Amino acid sequence: MITLDNVHKTFGTNAVLRGVNLSVAKGESLVIIGGSGTGKSITIKSVLGLVTPEHGTITVDGKNISNGDRDAFLARFGMLFQGGALFDSLPIWQNVAFRLLRGSLKRPKDEAREIAIEKLRRVGLKPDVADRFPAELSGGMQKRVGLARAIAAEPEIIFFDEPTTGLDPIMSGVINELIREIVVEMGATAMTITHDMTSVRAIADSVAMLHDGVIQWHGPVSEMDTADDPYLQQFIHGRAEGPIDAVR
Amino acid sequence: MTALLTPVAALGRGTLSLLALIGRITLFAIDTLSHLVRPPFYFKEFGHALLYIGYLSLPVVGLTALFTGGALALQIYAGGARFNAEAVVPSIVAIGMVRELGPVLGGLMVAGRVAASVAAEVGTMKVTEQIDALVTLSTHPMKYLTVPRVLAATLSLPVLVAVGDVIGIMGGYVVGVTRLDFNGAVYLSNTVDFLEFWDVASGLVKGAVFGFIVALMGCYHGMNSGRGAQGVGRATTNAVVSASVMILASNYLLTEVFFSA
Repeated sequence: MITLDNVHKTFGTNAVLRGVNLSVAKGESLVIIGGSGTGKSITIKSVLGLVTPEHGTITVDGKNISNGDRDAFLARFGMLFQGGALFDSLPIWQNVAFRLLRGSLKRPKDEAREIAIEKLRRVGLKPDVADRFPAELSGGMQKRVGLARAIAAEPEIIFFDEPTTGLDPIMSGVINELIREIVVEMGATAMTITHDMTSVRAIADSVAMLHDGVIQWHGPVSEMDTADDPYLQQFIHGRAEGPIDAVR
Repeated sequence: MTALLTPVAALGRGTLSLLALIGRITLFAIDTLSHLVRPPFYFKEFGHALLYIGYLSLPVVGLTALFTGGALALQIYAGGARFNAEAVVPSIVAIGMVRELGPVLGGLMVAGRVAASVAAEVGTMKVTEQIDALVTLSTHPMKYLTVPRVLAATLSLPVLVAVGDVIGIMGGYVVGVTRLDFNGAVYLSNTVDFLEFWDVASGLVKGAVFGFIVALMGCYHGMNSGRGAQGVGRATTNAVVSASVMILASNYLLTEVFFSA
């Protein structure tokens, strides 16, 4: 269970998070939606400790994330970054097996390579991709490698930051299906950030809408279309008219 | 009155910004040193850094030293002729190379080559979230990116300086023998006889300090790079400029420490 309680984060004079309250149950797939610059990425980066909130507490399974062994804490997480964030200087298999080649989860090199190739296969990539470098792959392939890296160490909690941004509709569909399959198969807790409503419907058990630094609406995906929240309805239907300013 | 105060206010803001920058760089340096002695250690990354910063800088440092040694011999010969002191060319070339020009020019050339590429590489990693990815993969960016580069530069610069010293002296020798009619054996004898251990050692110590500065500036500006291509470009420029200025400033301070009467 991940819980955010009254989380605030300000950059200079820009208060991005103004009291975010959110909880994600174990095994649940939560999708956070919201306009650009509303703090969706900051929310998940706060959970990972990449950003330190000024106020509020974040707990995972009841334990405050700022206490305890950081390596052990991070070993429970996997993350797919928006742009893939693959390490340019390493071949694909070493990107995927990065966590398995060093630190507390270190395995023998051959075993790590085997796991990497298996994870690449799991996301629909052939073994011959393993020895190529990130710059030699298309955007969609890089996303899939990022996904393989996120699941390589079989984490309990996976974050997906705009997994389908910049991809064509077919590749977006492939990624959405992969995410759903992996989350169900691994029984992992997932938090996904996206603007893509097709992704929301494909991935989510529940949806939270972030607006103006707070959670505007939170509920099951099945209730999203019938909810009477005007902010949510404007966003999911992509209307220019409504309570959310089109020009921000 | 306001018009008069505006430049003063700008000077004050500039001074405060400079002091804040010095403070941040000092904290970054302390952080780097503290990670230097705490595991885990990334030997493979250190090996890569040693190859790139040390071995691949040899041509640029060697060529710089060769031409500098030659030019130095010509200058000292022309200047010495005014006092009938042409014979000092070998010893002054040697002392000038090992004490000053070897470490300083070597440091500046490596600053241009290494600080720029480290800042660009680390800066690009920052803007493409690769540094965030490192953290999520339980890898500390200071240990994985900064420590191997700083250690490699600190250890390899003295070696580069030593090689540069030898090549620079050989440059002076070639010019001395072929253009200035020195006897080869006498030139080498004068070079060795007047050179003291501390002349060489002080240059190597300077090289180690300059190596630390070069890699530290590259990593600092890369880690603090702004967004986008412009941010990375600015980080690269700042890394080279600040490394060069710090090399020249620390060279003066080290010379004061080593050789002041």
